[in-house]
Amino acid sequence: MSLTHQDVARIARLARIAVTDEEIAATGAQLNNIFGLIEKMQAVNTDGIEPMAHPQDVSLRLRDDVVTETDRREAFQAVAPQVAAGLFLVPKVIE
Amino acid sequence: MKWEVVIGLEVHTQLNTVSKIFSGSSTAFGAAPNTQASAVELALPGVLPVMNKAAVDKAIRLGLALGSTINKKNVFARKNYFYPDLPKGYQISQMDLPIVEHGSLTIQVGDAEKVVNLTRAHLEEDAGKSIHEGLEGLSGVTGIDLNRAGTPLLEIVSEPEMRSAEEAVAYAKALHTLVTWLGICDGNMQEGSFRVDANVSVRPLGQAEFGTRCEIKNLNSFRFLEAAINYEVHRQIELIEDGGRVVQETRLYDPDKGETRSMRSKEDAHDYRYFPDPDLLPIVIAQAQIDAVREQMPELPGQMKARFVDSFGVSAYDASLLTSSLALAQYFEAVATATGQGKLAANWINGELAASLNRDGLDIAQSPVSAERLAGLVTRVADNTLSNKLAKQVFEAMWGSELSADAIIERDGLKQVSDVGAIEKMVEEAIAANPKAVEEFRAGKEKALNALAGQVMKASKGKANPAQVQEILKQKLGAA
Repeated sequence: MSLTHQDVARIARLARIAVTDEEIAATGAQLNNIFGLIEKMQAVNTDGIEPMAHPQDVSLRLRDDVVTETDRREAFQAVAPQVAAGLFLVPKVIE
Repeated sequence: MKWEVVIGLEVHTQLNTVSKIFSGSSTAFGAAPNTQASAVELALPGVLPVMNKAAVDKAIRLGLALGSTINKKNVFARKNYFYPDLPKGYQISQMDLPIVEHGSLTIQVGDAEKVVNLTRAHLEEDAGKSIHEGLEGLSGVTGIDLNRAGTPLLEIVSEPEMRSAEEAVAYAKALHTLVTWLGICDGNMQEGSFRVDANVSVRPLGQAEFGTRCEIKNLNSFRFLEAAINYEVHRQIELIEDGGRVVQETRLYDPDKGETRSMRSKEDAHDYRYFPDPDLLPIVIAQAQIDAVREQMPELPGQMKARFVDSFGVSAYDASLLTSSLALAQYFEAVATATGQGKLAANWINGELAASLNRDGLDIAQSPVSAERLAGLVTRVADNTLSNKLAKQVFEAMWGSELSADAIIERDGLKQVSDVGAIEKMVEEAIAANPKAVEEFRAGKEKALNALAGQVMKASKGKANPAQVQEILKQKLGAA
């Protein structure tokens, strides 16, 4: 499997990364190398082996349902570019 | 051409935990903006999600109630998309291995029952809120409130097995009843605790393949759900009959205009690039945890409905109304048990009581007439102390006071007259005073009997036992 120029442009757009045509060419080559590695791994016979969702075979620790966080809005918003009336402000989003 | 409607629903239920799914922030509704948004919801660098056990237990509770498979190993995945109310750039959800799969819900449509199968129910986090309007003195900006971000959601997905808006509403209502009954969701639709997405398509009747579907997002009332589906079905059929083609897309329902319209979706909106979230290990559920949840399960609406039919003799339809909420079911059971009059209790609760609650915009829990007081009234109807008409009068008096039915009957002298002698006397008077009606009745005009009965009821000030009046009238007229 090999990625086309179009595929790379699309992946970049989905990830909101601006790329030039030259960068697409370079990134495309790097991504195709990674695919090469994955193809090698896929050649290994994994019949009867249950896929793992995480490299470590341990399970999730669950916490009790208790409120432990306090209001730290002032500290968090001190570093925000723009706030008003307790809201974070972003450029207008129209849906 | 005959068309068949195909509907599947995705319902987002907010689980009523006190803290968020992946952090110890409060989930309380209505707080000042961003005062319940921690570093986790803000997606500050270096934070890690820590899963809330109560959300897992609540998902198991639903799964058990629906007869579903509880996946003892289930996995969180990242659903990637960019929107300002989702600072991480991905929503933590479940894809390949959800916590709950399969199961079914029985719904009541008119007099018939129908079983709707479920595909899955998975855990995920809610996003924040974008505020586009009402930002005083500011233009060109959107305000972001992340208080809701990270609220645990259980997204419950049905198979596309509903065939009308009516069935879809019945399913949504049954599910709403179930999640509130189980105590896993507060069910408050205005506050967005129970939000419905409807997948709607049409196909020529008899065709096996599904038509192209549209998804109507974020319906937050049963009325809107019904209206949006009906509009969408009509739109799709017209489009196809005019030679057009339905395009798969996401649509929004506009309640003011009563129509659905296409959401301006970007071409890549559906490419979420799911992958297992490396920040979260698989959830492994021990049988002991499932058993512990099972032990806490209440009697379910379906079981209670069947029991009401069996032990109290109420109709399936009445029983389904009575089990539309746990509070109502408990109210009915209290009245029916105290009086031994299941059917009569059901009639009063589904009739007079429901109408009065509805008129005053009250919930059963806020009913001015308690189950104990209604039982007192039902008892007096059952033993013929009160006619239906008088009972309604007593009920109204009870609505506005703390008095018992007996106290009101005593105070207002509302006892029904069942004394044969007294009724006979009134009947004789009525016959004597209305020769014309008597003649008409004898000439075969059945209605004339009602006129005479009306005269007797009037003479008794509504207190005569109507059944007895009819009976004695017939006797007297037949004998004369």
